[in-house]
Amino acid sequence: MAKVLMKGNEAIGEAAIRAGCRYFFGYPITPQTELPEYMSVRLPQVGGVFLQAESEIGAINMVYGASGSGARAMTASSSPGIALKQEGISYICAARLPCVIVNIVRGGPGLGGIQPAQSDYFQATRGGGNGDYRLLVFAPASLQETIEIVEGSFELSEKYRVPVLIVGDGMIGQMMEPIDFGEAPMQESPEKSWATTGTGGSREPNIINSLYLDPAMLEQVNISLDHTYKEIEANEQRAEEIGIQDADVVVVAYGMTARIAKKAIEESQAEGYKVGLIRPITLWPYPFASFEKINPNAKGILCVEMSMGQMIDDVKIAANGRWKTSFYGRAGGMVPEPDEIKNEIIKIIKGES
Amino acid sequence: MNEKIIMAGFGGQGVMLIGQLLTYAGMYENKEVSWLPSYGPEMRGGTANCHVCISDKPISSPIISKATSAIIMNNLSLTKFEPMLIEGGDLFVNASLVDIEAERSDINIYKLDANSIAESAGSSRSMNMAMLGAYFGKHPCVSLKTVERVLTQTMTGSRAHFVPINMQALSLGIEMVQSGQALAR
Repeated sequence: MAKVLMKGNEAIGEAAIRAGCRYFFGYPITPQTELPEYMSVRLPQVGGVFLQAESEIGAINMVYGASGSGARAMTASSSPGIALKQEGISYICAARLPCVIVNIVRGGPGLGGIQPAQSDYFQATRGGGNGDYRLLVFAPASLQETIEIVEGSFELSEKYRVPVLIVGDGMIGQMMEPIDFGEAPMQESPEKSWATTGTGGSREPNIINSLYLDPAMLEQVNISLDHTYKEIEANEQRAEEIGIQDADVVVVAYGMTARIAKKAIEESQAEGYKVGLIRPITLWPYPFASFEKINPNAKGILCVEMSMGQMIDDVKIAANGRWKTSFYGRAGGMVPEPDEIKNEIIKIIKGES
Repeated sequence: MNEKIIMAGFGGQGVMLIGQLLTYAGMYENKEVSWLPSYGPEMRGGTANCHVCISDKPISSPIISKATSAIIMNNLSLTKFEPMLIEGGDLFVNASLVDIEAERSDINIYKLDANSIAESAGSSRSMNMAMLGAYFGKHPCVSLKTVERVLTQTMTGSRAHFVPINMQALSLGIEMVQSGQALAR
């Protein structure tokens, strides 16, 4: 199929529809509003339902209901809106339901700003909601990668019965880039024996629930969830790695920041420096395996984020004291320049950092 | 090639459209492209702008902090974006509406009476195309044939007659720059 030029938010919507999503519940917030807008036009055309909820909390609970009945459902918002959805996300995790959630991140805390940021890393990977739960968290760095992740996310979410959270920043949502949609992905969901689709008088009712008053029973739920999370950690770590085996400095960055870091790395390489890149594509499970391939004699790891330092915690866990770690970040909607990152790289090489 | 162009003006002047047009044309010619609009709570009568990157290499960031060219359609945009041009960058100014002077001496300034050009092309609404033409006059980064292909795809039905008008405005803009008539400094 030929390349098309699409805005990120709209491309996410189209990719979800191609993956069989027929239910979208949302509430407008910059910079993700074009996604519900696109769904409001496209879903009725394919026999689906778009519903603008009364609030973000309403929207996530509609996803809870739709998913419980076996439908492929999605919601999206931006940072403060995702904060409002956390209760519903925790319930969906406890009820072992699949769904896809998109966060087009803007600067925070609070209402913050509307420009691109990566300050929801903790919210995404540490759980903004209560309880022992995890989400499969993806952070694409281009619109092509975004649609491929969206297209695969429904199936993945159903496979593990764990929600998928896709984290993009305002740039991913707002920019237009060429996209090649390629072959249509699977549209049909596998049989969902757990869904509340009506017993037809022939089976016991399915119950979607997150309340377990018996601690022994709740512990079994926790153990079962943990078992799934360990399986995900073993199977689903994804990262792009460039030249890390013989690098003197390895930059770790995700999403659009990784693209800017790549530019800084290329410019440093042109000056003769050995610099590598780890670009986590999954933020959870974190791609710890990639760090095992880093040159043991590297001088340091530089984590770059559009935040004051959140993923750096995982970088430190991954480094486990083997390499010196340092951090460079811009926040509030400010985007780092390649030159700024290059300066930090050179500082590490020269032993100044 | 590594073109980083900011296009800015009032909402309704068609800066988003010429940005998309250039981006589509770049994509059809297999270049790396990105288009990023300004978004958020703009004031009525405020500026709309977009950032367009066209490159032979993958684009690191669609946000432009140092532009190689700027197409400026109103006073507000001149004040806001003139400082963002690189040294030696090209500033294309819609002189029909912009009545303040650019301040920098380390950039090339091209002034066009875009309104008259557009009217002589057949429609005052093609002012944006005259300005895009001026840019092409200095930076022929895509072929006019590709631009026409994009226009033909975009303007169909009752708007189809705008294609030749737009192409004419584009050509006149190119001519103004290439003949040296538009170079102010």
